[in-house]
Amino acid sequence: MQLEALRTPADATEGKETFVLNLGPQHPATHGVLRVKLTMDGEYITRAEPVCGYIHRMHEKMGENRTYAQFLPNPSRIDYLSAMHYTHAFVGVVERAAGIEVPPRAEYVRVITSELNRISSHLVWFGAFLLDLGGFTPLLYAFDDREKILDLLEGITGARLTYCYYRFGGLYNDVDEAFITGTREFVTYMRPRLDMYRQLVTGNVILRKRLEGIGPISAEMCRRYGATGPVVRGSGVAHDVRKVQPYSVYPELDFDVAVFPECDCMARYLVRMEEMAQSLRIIEQALQRLPEGPFVAAKVPRVIKLPPGDYYYAVEAARGRFAVRVVSDGKEIPYRVKLRTPSFANLTLFEEASQGMMLPDALALMGSLDLVIPDIDR
Amino acid sequence: MKRALLELLSGFGSLLTGMRITLQQFFKPPVTVHYPHESLKMPARYRGHILLVRDPATGKSVCIACKSCEKACPSDCIVVEGIKREGDKRKSVTDFKLDFTRCSLCGSCVEVCPVDALEFSKAYNLASTSKEAFYQIDLVKRVEARDP
Amino acid sequence: MTIPEPYRLFFYLFSTMAFVGLNAAYLVWVERKGAARFQRRPGPTEVGPAGLLQPIADALKLLSKQVLVPPEADRTLFRLAPVMVMAPALMCLATLPYSERLGARDLNLGLVLVFAFGSINVMAVMLGGWASRNKYAIISAARIVSQNVAYEIPMLLTVITMLMITGTMNLREIVEQQAGGFWGGFWNWNICKLTANPLMPVTFVIFFICMLAETNRAPFDMAEAESELVAGAFTEYAGMGFGVFFMAEYANILVGCSLATILFFGGWQSPIGMLPSGHLWFLVKLYALIFTVVWVRWTFPRTQFYRLLNLSWKLLIPLALFILVLTSAMLKLF
Repeated sequence: MQLEALRTPADATEGKETFVLNLGPQHPATHGVLRVKLTMDGEYITRAEPVCGYIHRMHEKMGENRTYAQFLPNPSRIDYLSAMHYTHAFVGVVERAAGIEVPPRAEYVRVITSELNRISSHLVWFGAFLLDLGGFTPLLYAFDDREKILDLLEGITGARLTYCYYRFGGLYNDVDEAFITGTREFVTYMRPRLDMYRQLVTGNVILRKRLEGIGPISAEMCRRYGATGPVVRGSGVAHDVRKVQPYSVYPELDFDVAVFPECDCMARYLVRMEEMAQSLRIIEQALQRLPEGPFVAAKVPRVIKLPPGDYYYAVEAARGRFAVRVVSDGKEIPYRVKLRTPSFANLTLFEEASQGMMLPDALALMGSLDLVIPDIDR
Repeated sequence: MKRALLELLSGFGSLLTGMRITLQQFFKPPVTVHYPHESLKMPARYRGHILLVRDPATGKSVCIACKSCEKACPSDCIVVEGIKREGDKRKSVTDFKLDFTRCSLCGSCVEVCPVDALEFSKAYNLASTSKEAFYQIDLVKRVEARDP
Repeated sequence: MTIPEPYRLFFYLFSTMAFVGLNAAYLVWVERKGAARFQRRPGPTEVGPAGLLQPIADALKLLSKQVLVPPEADRTLFRLAPVMVMAPALMCLATLPYSERLGARDLNLGLVLVFAFGSINVMAVMLGGWASRNKYAIISAARIVSQNVAYEIPMLLTVITMLMITGTMNLREIVEQQAGGFWGGFWNWNICKLTANPLMPVTFVIFFICMLAETNRAPFDMAEAESELVAGAFTEYAGMGFGVFFMAEYANILVGCSLATILFFGGWQSPIGMLPSGHLWFLVKLYALIFTVVWVRWTFPRTQFYRLLNLSWKLLIPLALFILVLTSAMLKLF
């Protein structure tokens, strides 16, 4: 297959003199504190060993020492770029376990805010990825668009990054008219901007040559490592938690899953750009269907105690499948909170996928995986 | 051969399109709000550190020192003390200290308060030369100094 | 009034160094403001009105830093390299005419001189990388050299094409050939001389791309910005040593764009015959080209290193050769 042509097979470099290069914890291209120990033969990588743990903040341990309500700020901080999705998973698992019914208005607002958050997370990925590749300007255009989203969300939640907006049974407070009009305006504003990015960046011959054919990750490799999200959708597998295990009001909304079969960096890039367009579609539909009503369930117990058992809830976060598993023994503090994060699985395939690549290509591959290091270390 | 030539021309065309777009952006005004010469107005629901709400009638806070906020806080930021004065039906607060170095602005305290005695402030530039601005902020002293 | 010879020499020296120095410093300002405007932000505004004293502040900062010479480095070569990078840019300006009367020396081999000095530049960068005794600096310097060598060839081929059209290597005469008399105008400029060579704009584009690659500007800036590992060929240079390399890059851009103006855009000729020509037109065209250089930098991402060399060897050289043959055929036939 033509994609294999750009690598040297591993056995061709055996016996050659190699040196170890540290892509250290502080590095502009690793998007956080990740250390990658590269064993290199000249320009080619023979082995890339990621060393994570530099930002381990013990969120799962904190889950064992906090009540359910007290744990609410934590999911936002695991992956701060798509904080809404992570909070959604946690409140979702508690609601599922305690049988709390969320009113439809709250569900629709959750979907709208989650999709806005997905767009803002993809805009950060877009800017940072292009920065790694040497194009400095699209970062600032993306951040300009992101400012609009952040201003919208700041208007209803009061925060710009770590929202802590969902509560068990609904939302912290209701959305106002300004948010609804503002979001409608944003959708009309953003569509031409996506076209602009297509012309400025996606169609650019330099970028295409930089990404096409680089960093092939087959669907079989994704399955072995448990990679999810745009990584697996760029390898031709149409796996999206919103379609496979639907939650919230996604079954009532009409949207397509972005899938590209080429398996290279360009496919993953195109998946994310298409996901932004689909998110705009979802937001439009949800705004049209937004019902009136309460924004939080009527009878939510002040102190939440889940019946003993094992509960699970998965969402499609910006980076892939994020799932929370809560094991409860009947007390107000959970026995175990397990956080299944997408970046961890996506990182583990970097070692095998970067075999024999040249360093700039390996960095392009890492950028296309869209890793957020606090998400890996939790 | 012909395909290669067409590819070359379309590739070059994509470069020119990119340059046209950046030139269009060149002539648009800067987006930056030039802080500190200009600043933005914080939205109504902005989450600054919490403050006690001032009751315009009495000039003091309405807090009843029930300690719900202290229990609800995930980060142990709040210490509340109160006494029941003679002739009052409920306790009133004597001491309310906020440790802002740990606060994550989750809003649990504001939400759980039964008398709505807490609200978020709009303070966002919190540079200070003294520790009291962040560690053990005395909210009772602040509420009496607030405008109604 | 003619100034006597020794004073004239001093005047040329002083004005050339002042012009290059001022431009090298203020092109930094142009780049930063230009980059900022492309990115919808203000750029430097604090230091001086509209940030105009920013380059002075940067220069003062660089001057106040200690120039560390690494212990294993070759001391003479280490200190020589920045000088050798800056010198060719200054020397090229001795022959570039900015108007009918503003030119230091009217040499019949002006064009060859510019390229001869340009080659010294390449050697000086290699010297700087080698003298640093730093593994990554040497790798980076080697890359710069291979990039520069690869792109000098198509550049020279396009220049030979222009030479065939103009018939002279004297830069002043090249510009005078592009004059149009009272009713003349920009259609007399070399870039519009389609009767001599129907692919003239392509020739200019090749020249421009090669100039970007020769001066290590984005999207060909592997050496300075790309090294995701360490800083590149100039890692070991601190303080004013680095400052001189930095200024030399802008001085080289200045020389390259001046040459492009003279060869393709008619030097100091005005675009409409009725308006008077002069050095102001030259400066307008020069700064328009420099603006384009800045524009290109902030629009595109970088290429990969092997694609850079492929572009030169597999695309630009065959294209430039084809244009050369085409031009000679056209000149012979018409």
